[in-house]
Amino acid sequence: MARYIGKEMSRVDGFAKVTGRAKYAAEFKVPNLAYGFIVTSTIGKGTIRSIDTAEASRAPGVIQVLTHENYPKPAPPAAPELKPEENRNVRDRSFRALQSEQIFFNMQPIALVLAESFEQARYAARLVKATYNEEKPMTDLESSLDKARLANPSRPPRPRGNPTEALAAAPVKVEAEYTIPIEHHNPMEPHGAIAFWEGDKLTVFDKTQGVRVVQQHLATSFHIPQANIQVISPFVGGAFGSALRPNYYPALTAMAARVIKRPVKVVYTRQQMFTGHGYRPHTWQKISLGAQADGKLTALIHDSRNNSSNFEDYVENTTGMPRSLYACPNALTSQQFVHTDLSTPAAMRAPGAVSGMFALECAMDELAYALKIDPLELRLVNFSDVDPDSGKPYSSKALRECYRLGAEKFGWKNRTPEPRSMRDGRLLVGWGMATGIWGAFQRPASARVALRVDGTAHVSSATADIGPGTYTVMTLIAAEYLGLPAERVKFELGDTRFPPAPVQGGSFTTASVGSAIYEAAQNIRGRLVELANKEAASPFKTAKIEDTELLDGRLTLRGSSQSVDIFALMRRNNLSELVDVHEAKPSPEREKYATGAHGAQFVEVKVDPATGVVQVTRAIEVTACGKIMNPKTSHSQEIGGVVWGIGMALQEATEVDHRYGRIMNPNLQHYHVPVSADIHEIETMFVEEDDKVVNPLGVKGMGELGMVGIPAAIANAVFHATGKRIRDLPITPDKLL
Amino acid sequence: MKSFKYSVAKEATGAVRAVSANPAAKFLAGGTNLVDLMKEYVERPSEVVDVSRLNLAQIRETSNGISIGALAKNSDTANHPLVRQNYPLLSMAILAGASAQLRNMATNGGNLMQRTRCQYFYDTAMPCNKREPGSGCGALEGLNRIHAILGYSENCVATYPGDMANALYALDAIIRVRGTNGQDRTIAVQDFHRLPGDMPQKDNNLAHGELIVAIEIPRNNFAAKSYYLKVRDRASYAFALVSVAAALETRGDAIERARVVLGSVAHKPWRSTEAERVLVGKPATVATFEAAAEAALKDAKPLEHNGYKVELGKRSIVLALQRAMSGEVA
Ligand SMILES: Cc1cc2nc3c(=O)[nH]c(=O)nc-3n(C[C@H](O)[C@H](O)[C@H](O)COP(=O)(O)OP(=O)(O)OC[C@H]3O[C@@H](n4cnc5c(N)ncnc54)[C@H](O)[C@@H]3O)c2cc1C
Ligand code: SF4
Repeated sequence: MARYIGKEMSRVDGFAKVTGRAKYAAEFKVPNLAYGFIVTSTIGKGTIRSIDTAEASRAPGVIQVLTHENYPKPAPPAAPELKPEENRNVRDRSFRALQSEQIFFNMQPIALVLAESFEQARYAARLVKATYNEEKPMTDLESSLDKARLANPSRPPRPRGNPTEALAAAPVKVEAEYTIPIEHHNPMEPHGAIAFWEGDKLTVFDKTQGVRVVQQHLATSFHIPQANIQVISPFVGGAFGSALRPNYYPALTAMAARVIKRPVKVVYTRQQMFTGHGYRPHTWQKISLGAQADGKLTALIHDSRNNSSNFEDYVENTTGMPRSLYACPNALTSQQFVHTDLSTPAAMRAPGAVSGMFALECAMDELAYALKIDPLELRLVNFSDVDPDSGKPYSSKALRECYRLGAEKFGWKNRTPEPRSMRDGRLLVGWGMATGIWGAFQRPASARVALRVDGTAHVSSATADIGPGTYTVMTLIAAEYLGLPAERVKFELGDTRFPPAPVQGGSFTTASVGSAIYEAAQNIRGRLVELANKEAASPFKTAKIEDTELLDGRLTLRGSSQSVDIFALMRRNNLSELVDVHEAKPSPEREKYATGAHGAQFVEVKVDPATGVVQVTRAIEVTACGKIMNPKTSHSQEIGGVVWGIGMALQEATEVDHRYGRIMNPNLQHYHVPVSADIHEIETMFVEEDDKVVNPLGVKGMGELGMVGIPAAIANAVFHATGKRIRDLPITPDKLL
Repeated sequence: MKSFKYSVAKEATGAVRAVSANPAAKFLAGGTNLVDLMKEYVERPSEVVDVSRLNLAQIRETSNGISIGALAKNSDTANHPLVRQNYPLLSMAILAGASAQLRNMATNGGNLMQRTRCQYFYDTAMPCNKREPGSGCGALEGLNRIHAILGYSENCVATYPGDMANALYALDAIIRVRGTNGQDRTIAVQDFHRLPGDMPQKDNNLAHGELIVAIEIPRNNFAAKSYYLKVRDRASYAFALVSVAAALETRGDAIERARVVLGSVAHKPWRSTEAERVLVGKPATVATFEAAAEAALKDAKPLEHNGYKVELGKRSIVLALQRAMSGEVA
């Protein structure tokens, strides 16, 4: 009987967070700290003609002003100096600040003012004067769709079946274009770092989703061994993908610290976040669906294009999930990008999937109307029990159950299909649904587990907790499998000194790091069995390891009353602790299956026919993502996903003035995200799956999954309410007049 | 932010004297607008005179109405029993603005004085005649979804973004001001804010150094039939796309007096006397309201991205008048 797994546990770091004891990157106290303030460009493309820092340098408290003119350029080392794993990252083309006079995007960093106080640095930043040779930037994806190209032209999209012929022959067709503007993550905590050097050793406190990514990036930036760099990031105030790739400020901060030989802190302003960490790219997608009269899909053609920067080829993976969702024998999906004079996009919660599924699931709704079939029925008609490309069966896929449960809870059968047919007083009521899909990924990850003779355990891994509850779930897993009370387990993360783990992204942390902890705990149990068996009275002599279990500080034989006090055992062996450092890897068994996480989303909207104002009055989200380790934080994840989906559907848009290539709403008054008053009833439910193929814990991705279908479900509900099909997000009131 | 001299005013006339003496000085009340703009380097006062502790926060009944202190907080004003009972339109308008936290800080004087939310005004890298006279108007041919459709000039297409003032225009409020000569003067609220013309840097007709001391509202018979409608991109903490302050006084079936003020469509709250003329003497029917709405927006000239405001404005007027008639409270 599990004591922790599957039971509600409050966040183990909750108290530290609400009392301010949890330290975020920019909050660490470092003596002799200098403050950096970034100056950004006022043009979108061209070169800096001159940059005048004289007045800024004279301002009170200013220590130095760094620009491309005095930024030290470490000579690249001879190749052998780098270890092979470091060499790989030399090709890291992510944007680095102050490298040249070239301007690639508006609000690009052009100087860093270093001063004794933040206020002095901020004021002096206003005194830096640049002149430019200005060129006309191109930042509008939709005016340059013809310039789209494949990231790798030697690998053109690979069709399944004969999509073009199948579409031509289909008796019922739907073809539509969908656009999603640039969106920004806007986590509460602004990105920031503190860096200092001790000789050739560099220490950086950073806000990041992966300390090792920052470590590697700094190693290649300074041409120093990774081992000389320690990156520390114990708490992250939301990131959503914005701290996955190396951002430009940690290297800039570290360089400043090296130049002035003092610890330096740099924190983005909210405005600087809009060009400092990537964003969900602007996408244009065209979906063509062909179907038989009974609703069976015969063709899917998905053409997706997104903007990238001019120095990296960023392709948004919009078509991956849509291609694999339905049993459609003929499919062609292509993903292209357009170079624009903007900074490089980045993963943003449910990257690609939510954009692609917005297009597909709206198109499916359009098809349902064309066929006069209930939208839910259409999904069931096209349900796929195998991956349509590989033909492999799913290791588990409780999506049918999600549809059934969601429809029942929502009351879907009471929906009258005609648009504008349901009302609440003068408000139009619309019901819409969509499917959610995400991966069940696992990446190699390591953890160190130390069981101590004093009855406690210390567990660590260089993973991150950007908010989903990683501290809590790892504590819970360790407590469960070491048989200790959770209060006796301390879990630490966010430090390159801990065993390596991948970034926290893609919703694979519990599967990856959790499996490492689980397997390390198994190894420790194995060692305890060995120790016990050295003693004559051991009850485990003939037992298999699977028949043993750790519970309440004892090693027990399942189904019997025989057990051994493990701490007494350790004492008898003079062991102060038992340590296991373990790397868990995805099992080869996974190769035989297709894997994924799924969900069904049903929403109700009420639309004011006079003003076009939409409220999402009810959302029911049913999710199948394997084993639910901690229902409390899991529901929070899914509720958060719904709220994100509401923002994406109705409010979020980064507005670029294409004349200047400049983002004009880089703040939270003009860039809207939902507020409490926008949120009404949200009910989240799980259909648990028992799936030991995906990983030994049976967990799948959930953090991104919660939002994947929501924008489409809302757009479909808005159509049902109003008869207006809005294919261009966000659905603001003006679009519904 | 530029460093500045800071002082706390002990009495109103002294504050007026201090600010009048320095063309780059500013009053500070709740600070919710001024401090933000200082951080953005949009406002760069060399001296800040804190008036928040002046004894100008009373709300009291007068012989012909109510007097509301310039330094009374938005929250205290909206929730004051006299305001709720006699001027529910004002209460509704204030509560439609900002967020509870901001309303707890924001003063009535500061609210009247709040500056536009034009994105170009906020970004010192962009041209803006209001911020930097002669630099051009970034919004005219740029992003102007939230901009004016009425009364603008080539020089500036910004809107006055506030809510409270729309109600004050409907309620014929009078702004009492401590003049630079130390004497009080009054300004009819209609004459308080300006259209941009060729001086968009000047939001209103207050002389530099003049301090708003009170807002006076005469008695009226609108309390039973008034409504503040605010249409926005999200349910709270957002400025209006369009708002309407509507107030009616009826006798029998006919409308005897009417007020229609549109918000966020012009550089000042846009009182439509055209609409009011259509309403007066007519029965309070949807047809009358629609005719009034047409009249209110007949001169509207939308820009590239704000064409929706014309239709939205009309519909909002009709809806607000309907709700005013039914005595609903926002
Ligand atoms: C995020 C956000 C959302 C908001 N949303 C809304 C909204 O939806 N609707 C709305 O109406 N408002 C909204 N506001 C604006 C808010 O209501 C104003 O910021 C507030 O009313 C200003 O009052 P204050 O006392 O803080 O003024 P301050 O910031 O102190 O001052 C503003 C200006 O008025 C001057 N001033 C202050 N008092 C006087 C006086 N007595 N006499 C002469 N000059 C004076 C100051 O010198 C300064 O120039 C919002 C503000 C924010 C920050
Ligand atoms: S509309 Fe007015 S405030 Fe906006 S950019 Fe033009 S001049 Fe400036």
